Amino acid sequence: MSQIKPDARHVAPATDSAVSVRNVSKVYGDVQALKDLTLDFPRGELTSLLGPSGCGKTTLLKIIAGLLPATSGEVLINGRAVNGPGPDRSFVFQDFALMPWATVLRNVAFGLELRGVAKSEREAVAEKYIAAVGLAGFEQKYPHQLSGGMRQRVGLARALSVNAEVLLLDEPFSAVDEQTRRKFQEDMLELVQKEKKTFIFVTHSIEEAVYVSDQIAILLPRPSRVSEIIRPASFRDKGVANIRRDPEYLDIVDRIWASLRNYVE
Amino acid sequence: MTLFGRKLPALSSLILWALLWELVGRLELTFFVPPFSEVATTLVGLIPTPGFLSALGVTAAAFGAGVFFAIVIGIPVGILMGKSRVLDELLLPWVNIFLSAPLTALVPVLMVLFGFGTRTVIITTTLFAIWIIILNARAGVRQINRSLVEMARSFGASPLDAFFKVYFWAALPEILGGVRIGVIRAVKGVIIGQLLISIVGFGALFELYSSKFLMAEFWAVLIVLFGLAFALSEFLAYLERKVSYYAASRG
Amino acid sequence: MINRSLMLKLLSGLIVFGAWEIAGRVPISYAFPTFLESMSALARMTFDGSIFVAYGETLRPLVVGVAISAVLGIGLGLWIGLSKRFEWLFAPIFIVMQAAPLAALIPILVMIYGIGLTSKVFVVCIMAMPVIVLNTASAVRNTPASLKEMATSFLAADRDVLLKIILPAASPVIFSGLRLGVSAGFIGAILSELKITPTGVGDIITYSRSIADYPSMYAAIFSIILLAVLFLNLLEALENMLFEGNNRGYVSD
Repeated sequence: MSQIKPDARHVAPATDSAVSVRNVSKVYGDVQALKDLTLDFPRGELTSLLGPSGCGKTTLLKIIAGLLPATSGEVLINGRAVNGPGPDRSFVFQDFALMPWATVLRNVAFGLELRGVAKSEREAVAEKYIAAVGLAGFEQKYPHQLSGGMRQRVGLARALSVNAEVLLLDEPFSAVDEQTRRKFQEDMLELVQKEKKTFIFVTHSIEEAVYVSDQIAILLPRPSRVSEIIRPASFRDKGVANIRRDPEYLDIVDRIWASLRNYVE
Repeated sequence: MTLFGRKLPALSSLILWALLWELVGRLELTFFVPPFSEVATTLVGLIPTPGFLSALGVTAAAFGAGVFFAIVIGIPVGILMGKSRVLDELLLPWVNIFLSAPLTALVPVLMVLFGFGTRTVIITTTLFAIWIIILNARAGVRQINRSLVEMARSFGASPLDAFFKVYFWAALPEILGGVRIGVIRAVKGVIIGQLLISIVGFGALFELYSSKFLMAEFWAVLIVLFGLAFALSEFLAYLERKVSYYAASRG
Repeated sequence: MINRSLMLKLLSGLIVFGAWEIAGRVPISYAFPTFLESMSALARMTFDGSIFVAYGETLRPLVVGVAISAVLGIGLGLWIGLSKRFEWLFAPIFIVMQAAPLAALIPILVMIYGIGLTSKVFVVCIMAMPVIVLNTASAVRNTPASLKEMATSFLAADRDVLLKIILPAASPVIFSGLRLGVSAGFIGAILSELKITPTGVGDIITYSRSIADYPSMYAAIFSIILLAVLFLNLLEALENMLFEGNNRGYVSD
């Protein structure tokens, strides 16, 4: 089943994995959500987990985050097994999970606040990342004064400010409108280039996954398993404006749809 | 909570509290708390007595009449307030005032105006229940989907038809919610009224027991009263859940 | 159309107080004084200071009782909301108390604690506490799961989750529970003055009734309702100010 395309830019990428999932299973009561799932996430790249709803992609992400325990199997970060959340990973939530009673500044600095970083220091870091996601000037606003897209930028800045090696993003753009979403996707590409972090990105949008990913893992449901790993090769360096009309981009989108269409209820 | 993997039924902890009560009673820590078993035996013996039955009857009648007036007056007033802006602005401040006001203070006035009898108790009960019923009926009407109103109008419904066939049904879930809270308040109202008048129903019974220090009887009546009140409120909550199901599916 | 809403409010006040005045003039009952007679009685009591002395007496059990209920009630509510075990053990008591006519406990409280301040404080407590406990517990239980998950993923200790997530998220509902508790406490305070021993405003009501000084009686009742309504509106305004919009106000440390 698995099909790995040769990758032009990385000589031996698969050997250096920041995150490795080894034979992970997850059982909820009688429901087998994940079964014996093994997957590697190359360092410094963005890997998408793509699949129909109910395929367990969010479950897998939360197991990697340490928010859910795996029933069996293990998750390795730089070779060390995960048990619980750690400073090496940070999470971006689908519903933003911003504290409505706190300003943008405090929300972004919250990860550092919990780590006991002094106020002036953590606010300096937070201000830097607020500016980096394009929200400079909004530090003293409250979440309810921001649009959906701006709220998710706050969530992103919060995740970046703890300087974790691995960023876990759970359908981060699903609650924002189409245009904001496209802008986000372009920004994502820039961010992966600039931050040199490992990104794990859950999405249910085929176009989004192909657009932003170095590697796409297709998950199929009941019980969830990796059916295919795709590594787009040629269009990444052609500039954000050209990707969507690149022949390989269109081919991959078509191919993924062909393999997923049978699973759509 | 679960015990040995089984889910314990809700309210099962009350058994534990009854056991604790029994223990406190048996240890004779205080004269005022006889063992639970003694109270329970008294309770069984007390229920068929004419004194208890007549208190229960008088209270139920006053309660029923009070709730009846609260509903019959409250729902139409609430619906009218929801429909008419002028009426709403004239009445709403008063409804809000009486909703949060300590109505207990009005009972002495009712006593001098309406005498020391059932009439006063009924009015007290109505006063406790009616405001929340009005407010909820109003809220129910105000949330009615505009297209439903326009539908009725486009099919040529007369105002009276629209009132009974559209507004009432569309606002029913909120109206029932208000009636449930109103009824719980009415229970408190009827008891407060009787306590202050103290010569009718349970008020008289309590007066009698406390003057003769009949502790077991006192607790027995309290248990019956609390049990009935709780059962009533649970029953209404159950009814409301059934209707809110239809409310959710009405779209 | 200059401030139509205010005009209507004034008009509605005028209608109600006017109706009271006319009904008193008729009179519909020998025990129904006119609005103006009652107001002048209120003015008289205000100027000779007797109403302030009475409120000093009346508000004491109310303040003490509400303070006890707030501390105990929020504490218990937090506990019930956080622990399934305590929810199983304690929640049924408060659920039954919420539905039950607790005023019926007054005769027993009087037998046990006598007719002094203790009994009155107890009455206020049993009236005010259930709603405070249940509101707090359900606020804690309904803390958005994603916020707790967020805190955990950023390595929050249990104490941090409680102090930085659960408490601020629950504050608006806890506060409205307190307001409802104060409202119930007023009922309890007046009930205890009318039922246990006539002191404070309850004394004015009972005494003026016994000597048929109805204007004073109506004035006292009018003033206590006015006081309660004003105070509760003040609390509500405070609530709206503190938790305005998406309950902001719990600003940075």
